Amino acid sequence: MATLDEEFLALPLGELDAVVLERAQSRGASDAEIRIEQIREQYLVLRDALVEGATDDVEIGVGVRVVIDGSIGFAGTIELTKDAVARAVDVAIEAARVTAGSRRRFVELAPEPSYGSVEFVSPFEIDPTSVPLDQRVALFVSWSERLMAAPGVDHVTASLHGVNENKHFANLAGTVANQRRVRIHPTLEALSLRDADFETMRTVAPPVGRGYEYLSGTTWDFESEIAAIPQLLEEKLASPSVEPGEFDLVIDPTNLWLTIHESVGHATELDRALGYEAAYAGTSFATFDQLGSLRYGSELMQITGDRVTPYGLATIGFDDEGVKAQEFDLVRDGVLVGYQLDRQIAHEAALGSSNGCAFGCSPLMSPIQRMANVSLKPAQGNGPSTPELIAGVRRGIYIVGDKSWSIDMQRYNFQFTGQRFFLIDEGKIVSQLRDVAYQATTTDFWGSLVALGGSSTYLLGGAMNCGKGQPGQIAPVSHGCPSALFANVRVLNAKQESGR
Amino acid sequence: MNGQLVGALDPAGVIIERVLAEAAPLGCVVLVEDRFDADVRFANNSTTTNGMRRERRVIVAVFHDHGGGRAVGISSRSGHVDARELVESARARARSSDPAPDAAPLIPGSPAAGDFELAPRMTDFGSFGPLVKDLGDCFLRARAKGQLLAGFATHEIETVYLGTSSGIRLRHEQATGSFELVARDRAGLASSWVGRGTEDLADIEVNAIYEHLDARLGVASHRIDLPAGRHEVILPPDATADLVVELWRALSGREAEDGGNVFSRGHGETRVGERLMDLPLELSSDPSLPGIACAPFLMTGGSSTDVSVFDNGAPLDVTNWIHDGVLERLRYHRAGAKRSGQAFTPPIDNLRLRLPGATIELAELIRTTKRALLLTCLWYIREVDPATLLLTGLTRDGVYLVEDGEIVGAVNNFRFNESPLDMLRRVSEAGASTRALSRESGEWMNRVEAPPLRVDGFNMSSVSKAS
Repeated sequence: MATLDEEFLALPLGELDAVVLERAQSRGASDAEIRIEQIREQYLVLRDALVEGATDDVEIGVGVRVVIDGSIGFAGTIELTKDAVARAVDVAIEAARVTAGSRRRFVELAPEPSYGSVEFVSPFEIDPTSVPLDQRVALFVSWSERLMAAPGVDHVTASLHGVNENKHFANLAGTVANQRRVRIHPTLEALSLRDADFETMRTVAPPVGRGYEYLSGTTWDFESEIAAIPQLLEEKLASPSVEPGEFDLVIDPTNLWLTIHESVGHATELDRALGYEAAYAGTSFATFDQLGSLRYGSELMQITGDRVTPYGLATIGFDDEGVKAQEFDLVRDGVLVGYQLDRQIAHEAALGSSNGCAFGCSPLMSPIQRMANVSLKPAQGNGPSTPELIAGVRRGIYIVGDKSWSIDMQRYNFQFTGQRFFLIDEGKIVSQLRDVAYQATTTDFWGSLVALGGSSTYLLGGAMNCGKGQPGQIAPVSHGCPSALFANVRVLNAKQESGR
Repeated sequence: MNGQLVGALDPAGVIIERVLAEAAPLGCVVLVEDRFDADVRFANNSTTTNGMRRERRVIVAVFHDHGGGRAVGISSRSGHVDARELVESARARARSSDPAPDAAPLIPGSPAAGDFELAPRMTDFGSFGPLVKDLGDCFLRARAKGQLLAGFATHEIETVYLGTSSGIRLRHEQATGSFELVARDRAGLASSWVGRGTEDLADIEVNAIYEHLDARLGVASHRIDLPAGRHEVILPPDATADLVVELWRALSGREAEDGGNVFSRGHGETRVGERLMDLPLELSSDPSLPGIACAPFLMTGGSSTDVSVFDNGAPLDVTNWIHDGVLERLRYHRAGAKRSGQAFTPPIDNLRLRLPGATIELAELIRTTKRALLLTCLWYIREVDPATLLLTGLTRDGVYLVEDGEIVGAVNNFRFNESPLDMLRRVSEAGASTRALSRESGEWMNRVEAPPLRVDGFNMSSVSKAS
């Protein structure tokens, strides 16, 4: 059973807490938090079975946030000494005061009770950053060589990203949280050349909040997926280019997670909807005045946010403002019914309390509202399998795996591609297609949802590096969803779009 | 004020010597990155969040000869660093690694530069004071007009110290700042953006920027709906930068040889030497360019397809990626360049696109336009097809219709599907290059000069309802 990291707990956490909280309170702060984090992150990249890059980074630091006289201030330092964190408190207070003159809104944080001393450890067997490099390299060389040995595969790139995150939090309310979670993301991509033409195909194994044991194949069949790629790639390279037009799309969860992420996940962040990301990440068409009334999509659409799903990348015990992790509704029966919140936004919108979505990607970054695991529920009862969804389609495309993605700053207009596209004719897959991109307006797209797969099709996809905020922050997040059928979606031909 | 965040960390030079001593007799590269940064965010006519940070990261690459080649192990740590632990970590990784494909002899050193012993310079949050005050004034003016202002100001000073077992002792100090301001009408129907890259926030004229945005919102009171399709567009320097940075990212020699990108000719060959466009456009990087000067030697904490830790300290000079419209260079590390018979062309931290001899400014391009769309900036740009470098993305915060030399109104936003290479092929007119800030890439590629461009047949694939 996974436990808290003893080496991290040996740091002078309590002593630094006391310095920060006492100093902030004595200087007049109404709220104060300290986060001490140690994040070990490893990347391994191979090209044609040779290691191209392998890094092992440990970031350690302290972040201090204060609310004083209605202004907020943040300071971060990599020095874990009493003197250094005391200075950080002073700097954070000064930052709050320097910017207070141009503040037009009094900042308050929504109330949150004290949870006392609490712990959270994500379930894992082997810390992915504890595995010796040669062991990781041997596995990925073996997988790469297997792909390269297959006919038609000319080049292979592979990568492994592993993280071990240790987090300590304390605030004036009295919550003291020690937490640890891990995550891992393996990828392999094969490239096939034919004259001046080429195609690629990548594994669709998602990043997960699991340990190195994920690569053993008990929860994802890497061996079978790697074995299937060469033939799929060969077929793709020989397949016809799509004729643009409207198609029914059966979208596999390995692709649909990203569409949910962009068109629902970000659109239901209340800081965006209220204009706090207007300069960078953008705002949202799902404005606050439409809460409870906006028809987001078909009545089949049930979407929740949560930070509690086992193995979810956003899953944790308590967020970076000391709010207990929870699950909440965002879209119910196709209607917008909720937002993702942090404490500042929850107070401003008079929503009572936060639902636990604050996160800072580093101890040196101020926490902001970041995405929970935003997931689409499968059909109730014995819902259809993916082949059964396909069987109901007269002319369509079955899309597997994510690739290119883009959406506008209000989350209306999006365009996605994928890894594998299968032409459906009269309920049967007849061939692969190339150059497919689908494009839609969010509410039209979700309004065209006509069938959901059952729980047997459900998969937790996700990303290690969702970006938001200035300065830019990344966040890991999962999205669970079933396969789903969407009617009459616009499909483009990417080659024709480039004028070819 | 950031000075208060300075504590008792060992000087970078001491860390470097300690690490090199621990690593001996193995070859070793050490980078100490000291960074101080401060930022202020604002939205809804109010300052919102802010932050000040003091960072230090020590990166160590240790080399180990075995298996007929040279392996490398890289480890990095932040804060107080235990040199022995860090070297041991990197050494263990080197010993368990196969020979590195990018291995090359370390760059020979010369006597330490005179500034090597200097402490890192800190950014001064005092420079935010006047800017924040001016912003406060603009917030009041915007509020009175029913407008909403949002934006971001940031300033960092990063000082990197480089030491190698081959004798290199170098220091580089880089100040990087940016300022962005977005104005929206309260109904959310119109918006406009200005971004500036700078080394010093004192250069930012907040009031003038707001007045420009206010004028653009005034134009936007006349709304014109136009359909998707191919349009003549005028790209201001910032929008040109949005696309050109993506082109620069694709300039990988190895990927082109492998056949997987737009610069592949097939059969292991690249398109170096091929004319890419009729206009004699020049895409270059030059560490000595005034206004966007950057490190004159290579500093990298990791190896990748065409960048190598073995090349740390290599002097950087002007590199013409595209010259006279012809593809002249792709990126290669030394080992890759040797294998491919190409020149060693490491990345440089700035970029300039220019048409030699062009002198006209954006305003003149507008004045001489019969009918075109004037864009402000582009957003959410992603590669759709690597074979053509087809990119998709959206217009953002200001699309305007220009008719007979005048901006006559604001147009809806569009999703575009365009390859920057094809786009440059269809440039009919280019102006003088000026400092530009890519809206999406400016955070990591801040130092860019780009010209305003007139482009025929820009592919607006669909209308976006975003405003």
